[in-house]
Amino acid sequence: MVSEENTTTEYYHDRVVTTLVMCSIAWAVAAMAVGVYVAAELVWPSLDFGQPWLSFGRLRPLHTNGIVFGFGVSALMGTAFYSVQRTCHIPLFLPKLAWFTAIAWQLGVLLGGLSLLAGMNAGKEYAELEWPFDIAIAVVWVCFAIVFFGTIARRRIKPIYVSNWFYGGLIIVIAMLHIGNSLAIPVTLFKSYTLFAGAQDAILQWWYGHNAVGFLLTGGFLGMMYYFLPKQAERPIWSYRLSIVAFWAFTYSYIWAGPHHLHFNAIPDWVQSLGMVMSLILLAPSWATMINGIMTVSSAWEKLRTDPALKFIVLSLAFYGLATFEGPMMAIKSVNIVSHFTDWTIGHVHSGALGWNALITFGTFYFLVPRLVGKELHSVKLANIHFWLALAGTMLYVLAMWGAGVSQGLLWLSLDEIGELRYSFRDIMASMPPYYLLRLFAGLIFLGGTVLMAFNLFKTIAGAKTVQVRPPAVHGAGASL
Amino acid sequence: MSGLGLHKKLEEHTGLLIFGILFVSSIGGLVQVLPSLFQESLQTATENTTVYSPLELMGRDIYVREGCSVCHSQQIRPLLAEVERYGPYSRAGEFVYDRPFLWGSKRTGPDLHRIGGKYSDEWHRLHMINPRDVVPRSIMPAYPWLAEREANGSGDIDKRLSALRKLGHPYSDEDIANAGAALEGKTELDAVVAYLQKLGTAYGHGDTP
Repeated sequence: MVSEENTTTEYYHDRVVTTLVMCSIAWAVAAMAVGVYVAAELVWPSLDFGQPWLSFGRLRPLHTNGIVFGFGVSALMGTAFYSVQRTCHIPLFLPKLAWFTAIAWQLGVLLGGLSLLAGMNAGKEYAELEWPFDIAIAVVWVCFAIVFFGTIARRRIKPIYVSNWFYGGLIIVIAMLHIGNSLAIPVTLFKSYTLFAGAQDAILQWWYGHNAVGFLLTGGFLGMMYYFLPKQAERPIWSYRLSIVAFWAFTYSYIWAGPHHLHFNAIPDWVQSLGMVMSLILLAPSWATMINGIMTVSSAWEKLRTDPALKFIVLSLAFYGLATFEGPMMAIKSVNIVSHFTDWTIGHVHSGALGWNALITFGTFYFLVPRLVGKELHSVKLANIHFWLALAGTMLYVLAMWGAGVSQGLLWLSLDEIGELRYSFRDIMASMPPYYLLRLFAGLIFLGGTVLMAFNLFKTIAGAKTVQVRPPAVHGAGASL
Repeated sequence: MSGLGLHKKLEEHTGLLIFGILFVSSIGGLVQVLPSLFQESLQTATENTTVYSPLELMGRDIYVREGCSVCHSQQIRPLLAEVERYGPYSRAGEFVYDRPFLWGSKRTGPDLHRIGGKYSDEWHRLHMINPRDVVPRSIMPAYPWLAEREANGSGDIDKRLSALRKLGHPYSDEDIANAGAALEGKTELDAVVAYLQKLGTAYGHGDTP
């Protein structure tokens, strides 16, 4: 690629990144606090004080939506905007539209959350928001796509870097899933009925639900990993070829795995079995990416002693490996007989959401925020304390839910020698409080760590302005990303 | 390497990359999901499956509103222990009037697909107002406010039936015209109880699984 002289006075648009990062941190604290609250309600049900909006059924979607769309997507938008400029050596395309995307998204999450508290619930997991929000989400998402792909189209480096493939996959596939799964007939502003019913709606929902996890919580955050891990480790990505193979294999095979959420349910058997086989195949690209990440750090282990950001990112890869191993195992039909409908699923989700998504985001923020504002991190010590709280919280959470889930699964299925049920549902449920208390405690520890991070990063940002950075003057292949 | 050569093209053209991702990620959906959306047997009602009455429909919509499906599945798997505990396993044809489907993914409480007819209306009423009055160790939330609200408080039950008729649910003009009257004097609690009593009754308890 021919280098061109950078004679303009243009700067990267990083203020929007700072804003998105701060919003993401605020959502993390709020949505995790809601999570802790609902965990407490499962131990002391009267904590809802007879208020509809404090009821478990309304708060639980608030927790999941707040984490996925508030914390998660804000972090992904922010890091995508940051890294796409640096991997393309050009400021964001249509910066005003980028600001609109960022602010409209926050408004959507806020109003959407309030609508959930008010009982506007479309009834489909991770797609609870009603149709007016579905349309708004689609519009904002298209704006996100225009800014992102517009920036790439105008790039000054010929190859498109791998992190952008994953962020691009996130944007394209989530758009497809969201539109497909939200097809509905409105009744009023607050109520709609889905276009498909029963078994067909179920298949459509888990095509969406599983791949929202796939392309948002896995793929999107892999984009984050592919940019920020090499930056933080100061090493190039270990294998370029592996990243190519893993990306396309991941994009192809993830889509098929949804029906493992419907094993032994009233859908065609071939759909279930295909879902199971593809879930097992999915282990290969998932782990290929993990290996690529771990090998990238492999010559920089000594940095782990001093660098809290890298510690978070490397630990998150370990949990990524665990969760993407556990997932295919739970997708095996004979394992799923035990795990389905139990707290094991909740544990699996959290080993991914806490161990992978939250930890890699925390690590990225510890790296990013000091660079955005041109200051040292307020306290490395607090970040290190946060690391151990996050690790302990995640481990305890997962252990509590394994205990609860495996107990439920086995006890529900337990038959005596003449084939009668051995335990009543009530008795099994009544044995849960110790696990649920431990889960509550684990959630509190994790939330405590997140609050420490929020304090630490807001202290770092306080009084500082986002530094202005210019694209490098030279855009050759050898120029640093 | 030709593979790398092909990839060089993809990763140097924004449009090709977008198209590539869209193409590769839609194959699974086209092969596995799309056929199901047109599969006749998945949208054919079993013999006894009928549409929800206005009161039952409102009850179902309240069930959705309160997020009951977060903790209660409506899907009995064809496993001995499940059939013994809950009743005949669930058939696709029993759900053809369910928008959205409410099979759930978690049983914090028990499955409810065959709950209809198992307990009296009065039991359900007491249980919904305060679950711990009838199940001492229950962790289910109490729903006292349902007893204080009119079932047709939103005043749009006829619109709900009309919308469903557009989607093929066999409601007559008469059904729609009389829907408001059917909810007269009923509370949200009445509606939820009516819905629960309807659940799973298309397949009788006496039938063999």
